[in-house]
Amino acid sequence: MNFLSHDIKAVDAAQIWPILEEVKDPEVPVLSIIDLGIVRDVVLENTEVGQTIRIVITPTYSGCPAMETISMDIRLKLIERGFRNVHITQQLSPAWTTDWMSERGKEKLKAFGIAPPHYKPQVCNMDLFSDETIQCPRCNSYRTELISQFGSTACKALYRCNDCSEAFDYFKCH
Amino acid sequence: MANYTHFSYLLHLADNVLILGQRNAEWTGHGPALEQDIALTNISLDLVGQARNLYAHAAALYNEMDSGAKALVDHLLPRPWKAFGRELQEDDLAFLRDERQYLNLLITELPKGDWAFTILRQCFFSAYQKELYNQLLQCNDYQLAGIAEKSLKEVAYHLRWSSEWVIRLGDGTDESNRRINNAMQELWPFTGELFTKTGLETDAAQAGIVVHLQGIKDQWLQTVNAVFEQAGLTVPQTTPFQQGGKEGKHTEHMGYLLAEMQFLQRAYPNAAW
Repeated sequence: MNFLSHDIKAVDAAQIWPILEEVKDPEVPVLSIIDLGIVRDVVLENTEVGQTIRIVITPTYSGCPAMETISMDIRLKLIERGFRNVHITQQLSPAWTTDWMSERGKEKLKAFGIAPPHYKPQVCNMDLFSDETIQCPRCNSYRTELISQFGSTACKALYRCNDCSEAFDYFKCH
Repeated sequence: MANYTHFSYLLHLADNVLILGQRNAEWTGHGPALEQDIALTNISLDLVGQARNLYAHAAALYNEMDSGAKALVDHLLPRPWKAFGRELQEDDLAFLRDERQYLNLLITELPKGDWAFTILRQCFFSAYQKELYNQLLQCNDYQLAGIAEKSLKEVAYHLRWSSEWVIRLGDGTDESNRRINNAMQELWPFTGELFTKTGLETDAAQAGIVVHLQGIKDQWLQTVNAVFEQAGLTVPQTTPFQQGGKEGKHTEHMGYLLAEMQFLQRAYPNAAW
C-alpha cells in the first residue's frame, strides 16, 4: 500500500493484507472486507510496546451497524495470528464508493444472487428520478423493475425480474 | 484547528439529523407497507449515523479546547456528564442535554403525523440538507467536510425516495391529495427557519465555515418546485414564520420526544450494549 517508505515494513504490511482477506462482511458473508474496498491503509509502526498495526477503514454508509462488528472481527483475526497491538481508525474522506469493490467481489456477489453495482455506473449522481437498468443475477435479463429503493440492509435495493419472476437484492451503486 | 467557535454549529447539524432520525424511527413496524417501513427505517439509520459522526467530531473538538474556550461553550454541555469525570463523548451530547440545549430546526421535532406529513417533511429536509452539505464540502474544517461528503450520497437517496412519494401522493387519489395538501399547510410555516440566519451561522463563519443561506434557499425552492410541478402541487404564498429551534426554543412536542429518547441513558448512566 502507499506511504510505506521502509522495505522491511512493506514486507510486514504485505503479510497483514491476506489476513484481512479472511474477515468477511457480516451482512454479505461472501464478501471479504478487501473485496468491499473498505480497508484504506495498513501501517506498521515500531513503538515502545513493540510493533503496532494501524488499520484504517472507511464506512460504507454513515449508520452502517456492520462497522462495529467488522472492527471487532479484524481485531480477533489478528489476535489469532499473534498480533496484539492493533489500532483501528475510521476515515470518512474520501467517501467510500462501490468503485472500490473488487471485480472478484462483484462476481462473488452475483454468484450469491445479489446483483452487483454497475461496473461503469450509469446514474451515481444526485439528480432526481434517474433510473438504472439492473441485470437479474439469476437469468441475466435486463427486464427488471424496482420494488423498493431500500432493501434488507442500507447498501441494497430490492428488484424484481420480469422474466424469471425472482425478486433479488441489488448492491446499490454508491 | 485553533478556532472552536463552530462547536455550537456542529451541535445544530447533529441535532437536526438525530431528532429527525428519532421521529422517523417511530414508523418502525408501523409503515403502510413492508418495503416502505424498511425504507424509512434505513433513512433513520443513515440520519442517526450522520448524527453520530457529527457528535463524535464535536466531542473531540471540545476535548482539545483550552479552558478559556471550554468556558465559552459550557452552557451547551450536558449537566450529568460533568459528574462523570471523564472526557466528553458522542453519547453524552446525544442523550444527556436538556431541551433548551438542543439546537435543531423546529421542523425536525414535529410529531410524525400521517404518512403524507412524514414524507413531505423528509422531502423538504433532504432538499435542504443536500444544498447545505454541498456548501459544507468547501469549509475549513476538514473533518466536517468529510462528514458532509459521506452524508451527501445518502441524502441523494432520501431525496429521491421522498420526492417520488410526494408525486405519488399529490398525483394519486383525492384522499392522498387532500392529505399531502394538509401536510403542506402544517409544514410550510416551519420552512422559513431553515434559511434564517442566527448566531450559529455567525459563530461558524468565524471558524471558516461559511454557509450562504440565500443560495441554499434558491436551490431548495428550485428542487421543491420541480417535485411539486410533477405532483400537481403549488408552493403556498404565505410567509413562513415559525422559528426558535436554532436558539434552543422548542415546540411543546420536543420534551416528550426527549423523554422517550433519553430514558435509558438517564436511568442507567453510561450504559453500553
